[in-house]
This record gives sequence, C-alpha cells and structure tokens, in this order.
Amino acid sequence: MENSSNQIIITVTGQDKVGIVSAISNCLADNNVNIEDIKQSIMQDNFVMIMLCDVKMLDIPFKDFKDKLTALGNNLGMEIWVQKKDIFDKMHTI
Amino acid sequence: MINITQKQIIETIRMIKIHHLDIRTVTLALSLRDCITSSVKSTGEKIYNKITKYAKNLVSFANEIESEYSVPIVNKRIALTPVSLIGESAEDVDYVYFAKIIDKAGEEVGVDFIGGFSALVDKGFTKGDIKFFEQIPEALASTNKLCSSVNLGTSKAGVNMDGVLKTAEVIKKTAELTKDFDSIGAAKFVCFCNAVTDNPFMAGAFCGINEPECALNIGISGPGVVSSAIEELPKDADFGEMSNLIKRMAFKITTAGELIGRRLAEKMDIPFGVIDLSLAPTPLQGDSVAEIFKAMGLEYAGAHGTTMALAMLNDAVKKGGIMASSYVGGLSGAFIPVSEDSGMIEAVKNGALTFDKLEAMTSVCSVGLDMIAIPGDTPTATIAGMIADEMAIGMINKKTTAVRIIPVVGKTVGESAEFGGLLGSAPIMKVSPYSSEIFVKRGGRVPAPLHSLNN
Repeated sequence: MENSSNQIIITVTGQDKVGIVSAISNCLADNNVNIEDIKQSIMQDNFVMIMLCDVKMLDIPFKDFKDKLTALGNNLGMEIWVQKKDIFDKMHTI
Repeated sequence: MINITQKQIIETIRMIKIHHLDIRTVTLALSLRDCITSSVKSTGEKIYNKITKYAKNLVSFANEIESEYSVPIVNKRIALTPVSLIGESAEDVDYVYFAKIIDKAGEEVGVDFIGGFSALVDKGFTKGDIKFFEQIPEALASTNKLCSSVNLGTSKAGVNMDGVLKTAEVIKKTAELTKDFDSIGAAKFVCFCNAVTDNPFMAGAFCGINEPECALNIGISGPGVVSSAIEELPKDADFGEMSNLIKRMAFKITTAGELIGRRLAEKMDIPFGVIDLSLAPTPLQGDSVAEIFKAMGLEYAGAHGTTMALAMLNDAVKKGGIMASSYVGGLSGAFIPVSEDSGMIEAVKNGALTFDKLEAMTSVCSVGLDMIAIPGDTPTATIAGMIADEMAIGMINKKTTAVRIIPVVGKTVGESAEFGGLLGSAPIMKVSPYSSEIFVKRGGRVPAPLHSLNN
C-alpha cells in the first residue's frame, strides 16, 4: 500500500480554459511527481480539478514545489492548493 | 483512487481560506527543573542554553509543516516551568535578570511569546515568591516576548487573598510602567484559579512541575468555522441539532490539529502533549466568538441568553474534541477576550455587553475575564475585588478562571486602547465606582469550599 504521507491532493479551481491540465501535468512530471488519479467537474460555473499525486520521488523541497505550482496557478489565473492528503482523511473519517 | 469527495476537499479549503481555521499556536513545553543552581548567573546560563537547544528548530519545522498542509500556524511559543521555582534557590535572586535572559532566548529562536514567568501561590508565599511578585512589573516592562502568570487559588486549597491584593498591585504597576504603549504590559500577565499545567495559550502558558522534560502542545482555533456552519442551519433548528453541528465541526478541527501537532512533534523528536481546542478569536472579521452568538440568534453578544449560548457552545466544543483525540487538554472550550474579538468590541461599543455580563459569562466559558481594558485610574482595591470575584467562580465551580485586565493609564470610558497584532484594540469599559478596599485588605486565605451539599 502507498505511504499515505507521500500522497498529496492538488485542488485547482477557476475559470475553465485550454491547457490547464497540460500545464499542471508538465510541472508535476518535471519534478518527478506521479499522478495517481484525476477528477474534474464544473461546480457553480467554476472548473474544479482534484488530483491525487505521489511525491515520493520529488526531487526538490516540498515548499519549493508548492511555490512553483502556486506561481503556475497565478499565471493560469487559477487557484491551486497543494496539501498532504492525510489531513482530509483525518478530518472526514471517524 | 481518491477516497474523499470533492465536497469534503472544498469544505476543508473553505474552512482555512474563508473561515480562518488555524493552528493558533504550537507551544513547546519545556521543563527547567534541571536549571536550578545556587547562582543567579549559572541558572541564567542553563536556562538560556536549554531554551536555545530544545527550541532551535521549532519555528523552521513549524513553517515546513504549515506548508505541507496549508493550515496556517499563527504563533510559535514556549512554556517554561514556573520561573519562581527555578530561581529561588539562587543567592540574591534577580528575577528581572532571568526575564531578560528568557526574552533573549525567545528572540534567538524566533518564537512569538515565551511564558512561564509564573508563580503558584494558591496556598501562600515562599520568600522567593514574594520577591518574584515584586519584580513582575519590571520584568514585563523590560521584555518583549515574555508572558507572566500566577495561580492564586484552587478548589482544593481555597484562594490566597494576600495574593489577590498583590496581584492587583502588580497589574497597576505593570500598566504604569508601560503607559506609553497603552499599558500593554498588563496584557501579558494573567492570574488564575485552578490553573492548568499544559495550556498552550498565552499569557497563561507554563510547563507544570508534573510535566515531562518537554512536550509539544497544540492550540487550535476556528470560531469562524463554527459560526458559518450555524448560520447555514435553519432558524428553527433546535438546540440538539445545533449542539450536534458544533460537535461535528469541533471534531474536524481537532483531528486536523492533532495530525499537524503529531507531525511536528515527530519532526522535532519530542513527545506530543495535548491538543487544546479553544475557539480563540482574532481581531479579523469572521474570526469571532461573538459572531457565533449572533448566528445562534442573539442580536449581540451580551443579550439575555448569551450565558446559555456560551455554556452550550463550550460544552459541545469539548465533546467534539474529546471524540477526536485521546489527549485533549489545556483549556479547551471558548475564549471570550474582548479586545481580540471584533464582535465583542462591537457589542461593548453598542452598550450590549457590560463588565457584569462578561463576569457572568465566565462562569461557563473556558477561562475568564480576558483582555478587558478599564480606566487607568481604577483603584488597586477595585481590581483586587474583580480578581476575588473571578477566583470565587473558579473555586466554587471547580473550573479554571482567570483575569487579564488592563487599566489603561491616562484613558477612561469612551476611549480605546490599541495593542496591535493578535491582542487587538479595546474600548475602555465601565467598572463599579464603589469601594472594595476594606474587604480586599483583610488578607489571609479564603478556606477551601465544601464539595458536597451543592445548591
């Protein structure tokens, strides 16, 4: 079983446009981050994408990786949150 | 596969982004018992070295964990063994010297506050305690990060009334010494009845003498999360339903806090202590306990019904927290500081919330009279009377109560004191004009109360 502390959830929200998934996937690949699952939907006219990724092989400090993704989000005009997955597991399961 | 729903993920992000869910503090509790020597200088050196050794990575590691979970860790703090106990074996003890050493160590490791400049005098004073009390005002006036607290009573021992009067003198003198900054020194001093030994919140955090070498205690907050959830309930939802909702929110907040606390403790290689889920407001809009009362259906904090609202809130928060963690401790519940809560400030300014109502509320809140600014010319005996009342509520009801009150030198009712940062700003509140002088000067100790024949 995967080590849950290496799993992260990336949440991307904003106005839908061409190239979001590609830009983010490229950034993840560049940093050796593996995508395990992707879910996309439109919620109240907003594009929402949730990605489950593994950062076991991440080759830079977590904070730097997160800053890169946040900056990419700013360029794309999207809001990007990067969080270790276990916080959701703890908060939403008994 | 993702085993959590999009709704749950978005709910968590909203809690953090919109409703100010945060880790209010990660507090390193550190025992100084092995720093006792017969020399002021060598005790001071040992204290400095111990703090800078154990807390070296506290801030940088906390920042890393904050980044991993995107939950803000607002303050990093240290709580020490009551310094009165550590210093009194030293010849010609100088507590102001210790205060400055501790403040310097706090500066060195980059924490926001460092508490434990404390004394436990619920049954009486040692010679060291008397000297300690005399030096508290100067210690607070000559440091930035230092916080001080004293325990004046317990349900088992009664209340040290000599201590109550001395404490009132400490508050007045500290306010005077820091009058150029709206008497802010008094905001860093608190007196307790039934003080707890593992509380991570300031000004009252200290590391009890029964505590281990060190531990990481977490204080987590999120009044905005609770008020927004209640606002979404229908207006006719009953109290059972409201209480359940608060419990569910408290559960979620506590689990997040415990996870982050444990991760940080693991990283620092020290034991995890307790999680203290206290709905602690900040001056930010939407981060207010008073807003919870409004959401429940009261026009303002202070309206009749507020004490019941607070009682239910406090109890539901504890219940939700207990379900989420085996190690809930500290003060867990709801804080009702005035200056740190925009809704409380508004209620005071509108005349909805008075000093007397706040006192009533402290009989059911998690602590006591907190961050209340009063006129600078309030007599010492009147302040001692306020403290005595609050100690009585704690002693009889077997709960922790506290007084953190600021007589703002040069200001009076109608004016405001500005403390800045998390301490906020406070409208000066009216106090009783009638004298408590003869009463509080009687001295001695109020005997321990009977714990049966309750009525």
